[in-house]
Amino acid sequence: MKRLNDFVVKFANVNGSGSASANLLFAKSLFRMGLGVVPKNIFPSNIQGLPTWYEVRVTQAARRARRGGVDVMVAMNPQTYAQDLAEIVEGGYLIYDSSLPRPFPRDDINVLGIPIARMCADAYLNPRERQLFKNVVYVGALTALLDMDFKVVRQAVRDRFKGKAKLVDPNIEALKMGRDYALKNFKCPLPVRVKPGKAPKDRIMITGNEATALGCVYAGATVAAWYPITPSTSVAEAFERHAKKMRLDGDGARRVAVVQAEDELAAIGMVIGAAWNGARAFTATSGPGISLMGEFLGLAYFAEVPFVLINVQRGGPSTGMPTRTQQSDITTCAYASHGDTKHVLLFPGDPKECFELTADAFDLAERLQTPVIVMSDLDLGMNEWVCGPLEWDDARVHDRGKVLDAEALETGPEFQRYGDVDGDAIPYRTLPGTHPSKGAFFTRGSSHDTYAAYTEDGQVNAENLDRLTRKFATAEKLVPKAVIRRSSQTGKLGVINFGSTQAAVREACDLLARDGYKLNAMRLRAFPFGREVAKFAAGHDRIFVVEQNRDGQMRALLITEAGIPAEKLVSVLNYDGMPLTPDWVRGKIAASIESDKSVAAAMQLSVRAM
Amino acid sequence: MTFMKKPNVRHPGLRKNELGLTRRDYEGLLSTLCAGCGHDSISAAIIEACFEMDLPAHRLAKLSGIGCSSKTPTYFLNQSHGFNSVHGRMPSIATGANLANRDLIYLGVSGDGDTASIGLGQFCHAMRRRVNMIYIVENNGTYGLTKGQFSATSDRVSKSKKGEANLFEAIDLCTLAIHLGAGFVARGFSGDKEGLVPLIKAAFHYKGFAFLDIVSPCVTFNDHAASTKSYDYVRAHNEAMDRLDLVPEREEIIAQAEEGKTVTVRMHDGSLMRLHKLDDTYDPRDSESALTTLRKRYSKGQVVTGLLYIDDEDADLHTLLNTTAQPLNAVPMSDLCPGNAQLAKINKSLR
Ligand SMILES: Cc1ncc(C[n+]2csc(CCOP(=O)(O)OP(=O)(O)O)c2C)c(N)n1
Ligand code: SF4
Ligand SMILES: [Mg+2]
Repeated sequence: MKRLNDFVVKFANVNGSGSASANLLFAKSLFRMGLGVVPKNIFPSNIQGLPTWYEVRVTQAARRARRGGVDVMVAMNPQTYAQDLAEIVEGGYLIYDSSLPRPFPRDDINVLGIPIARMCADAYLNPRERQLFKNVVYVGALTALLDMDFKVVRQAVRDRFKGKAKLVDPNIEALKMGRDYALKNFKCPLPVRVKPGKAPKDRIMITGNEATALGCVYAGATVAAWYPITPSTSVAEAFERHAKKMRLDGDGARRVAVVQAEDELAAIGMVIGAAWNGARAFTATSGPGISLMGEFLGLAYFAEVPFVLINVQRGGPSTGMPTRTQQSDITTCAYASHGDTKHVLLFPGDPKECFELTADAFDLAERLQTPVIVMSDLDLGMNEWVCGPLEWDDARVHDRGKVLDAEALETGPEFQRYGDVDGDAIPYRTLPGTHPSKGAFFTRGSSHDTYAAYTEDGQVNAENLDRLTRKFATAEKLVPKAVIRRSSQTGKLGVINFGSTQAAVREACDLLARDGYKLNAMRLRAFPFGREVAKFAAGHDRIFVVEQNRDGQMRALLITEAGIPAEKLVSVLNYDGMPLTPDWVRGKIAASIESDKSVAAAMQLSVRAM
Repeated sequence: MTFMKKPNVRHPGLRKNELGLTRRDYEGLLSTLCAGCGHDSISAAIIEACFEMDLPAHRLAKLSGIGCSSKTPTYFLNQSHGFNSVHGRMPSIATGANLANRDLIYLGVSGDGDTASIGLGQFCHAMRRRVNMIYIVENNGTYGLTKGQFSATSDRVSKSKKGEANLFEAIDLCTLAIHLGAGFVARGFSGDKEGLVPLIKAAFHYKGFAFLDIVSPCVTFNDHAASTKSYDYVRAHNEAMDRLDLVPEREEIIAQAEEGKTVTVRMHDGSLMRLHKLDDTYDPRDSESALTTLRKRYSKGQVVTGLLYIDDEDADLHTLLNTTAQPLNAVPMSDLCPGNAQLAKINKSLR
């Protein structure tokens, strides 16, 4: 088996054993060598003791999806040894700790034993060091086996421990220990190996949550309230970390307030209070938190309070699979809360878009005076992704929406909080404290007239609800457009997807094209759907909707909200909690096409027409 | 109905305050509560206090949850922004609003159902965070708006209008407030306007979480003979602990108070509060003594009123979070958005 710059390495570890840092070092070094890397952390809902895996696909620079299959397995966890062994592809490699004897029930793989525990026991006295450096030793061995540039790895260690100089040398020593062992005992490099790639120099490696947090900083968010929950916690934590550095006034005081609330109800309440009072505010949560926030989301929709909610989706229902990925909050978020409610949703496809769409979310929220929900997920949020650099246009003006100041109140027409003055159904608002005698109003979740006064007049309430519907139509024009990628001008087959599945779907389309199935792809980026969505559907006979939930939630939304005929939309559903692989998507779509004779016939026609 | 505006009749003879405003200017829409409801007396006391303090009403935000009591912010301070939020969640709205603009005054109004049941958690956490606000519970021992169910502040010995016994222990909100870090804790009675107005004023002068538990009889569902939150019961069992005098910063103190009987507290805004103790067995600056007094008097069936506890710690939530002096909602975007050069540095650290 020969594989150059195209293979999967998987590390099987025990949670809490310090492997994360070494595994990231491995991925980062390959990234710095100009290669495409797709790292996935497959971790348990546990702090210490349960199995955890880290998988790195090494690939050409443009690829960003998980591949599946394992070429090189580093099996460091006795609990999962049998399972890990079985996962290796024929002709692949097993690297294991040979300090203790192990069975090898397979003879179609190559086995490389390194007495890692024994080496560390000899080299270190402190038990914690003996454990931690085991991880560094196997990375060291891999540098030789895979022919990695050791200078790059060494530099990555130095950068990793910047400011903790004491840790640099011991880590490099441990790397060398593993590397030397491999050089002495195995024929290095293996036929599975790397050589420096030519990826663009400006790429970055970042998690979606980190990029989302930066989006909040750049959008000018000043109030964040949150309650810890995987996988959204790192959004709030990263926001606080960055804001503490970048938001200091001359006296060292902070131009930001971050509150860890007592629960998600309080978190969203604080955010609504702050937003009502004119600050840009956000909260970040996941599934169970979304459920708790329902009542307040309805209030903010009806009282028209603008704020941003980051939903990093995880496996549901209920507590579900807290450390696995899904896209199963689509319906809940689109219609969160009782009564007729609808919310603006944004779907970033990679961390760069997490940054951009989060910043846009604040502008949209204030322009539309409504909550905007950024729909990320665990795969996007918590895994490192390689993407283009984050960019900010310094000429950009934050859109603060329709807010009347004292002068406008003084000179303008009589203030009506919920009047449709401009014909776009978006009313004007005022902030508390603006004017001594003009512009005060009473925000409420009960039915109200255009002056915000309580009313039990059903007609007046219905008119207000109708205005909110028209406001949603305005939203349709303002939200980011779907991205369409055509592989054929005449083909009648399409695929629709959104969010983190982008990487797999894109690669799957390339694979399908190679097999003769040319699909046009549309990646949704927002709800409400823009005109382009229905138009795309009208131009195609059969459209595969790829999503990570059981019930085809986006498909249902496309049918009810974009009016796309149900028979055109074929669900391709995955809900095992793992990031999609291109191969799986390709297989599902190809099988569906094959089995559908009429579609095959339509394809024939379109092929002939080309 | 609530949306009825009061007739705007000017009475030239009405007294004006320093802002040139009359008491009328501090009113709200016509109340839709039952005639005689204690909550209306509290609204009147708030209006009186704000008028006398020359308060610029637009610098105050009035916030509430859901209930008859939570409706009342519509009935006072028409020039203030108001926020009638959802049931039990006013504390989080107030916390967020306060974070966004530390320069306004925040007046939260809630009920005993809103605070002691559905909102108990948020109430506790707003206190421990020392949110700078005035928090009033209009305590009638019942759910007025949903027609007379027991609330968590109903005393165990109290009975419903239909004569049902209350099975569960009452939550004493003042005790809870002292335990959880409210720096100003007082109890008032809606039937005692003379006592109430100074308490409300003092709460406005306090920086930090000022809690006022105001017993406010529900004439429709909880004013009967077997109720411990009726006008008659509270009048018969009310024990005033002290009488308050507020001396604004600009006025001199003339009379020297009687030694031992009077406690003078300097408020954070410079004004002085003089507390004439009617019971000298306790010291309102000592939380232990306040708690003991509350418990002892309660077991005797008494309803103690007055300023029960005050601390002089100067730290509110903003102090604790070290936020900038400028209100966060007024910081210009140029000071909030770090710009592309900074982003380039961040990109570099991610390579
Ligand atoms: C989530 C929710 N549950 C229940 C209600 C119904 N509800 C409205 S007011 C109220 C009780 C109010 O009691 P209290 O706060 O004591 O106010 P009061 O009317 O006695 O002044 C209830 C249960 C609601 N509005 N929201
Ligand atoms: S029901 Fe009770 S609390 Fe409500 S308005 Fe009537 S008297 Fe007041
Ligand atoms: Mg009540």
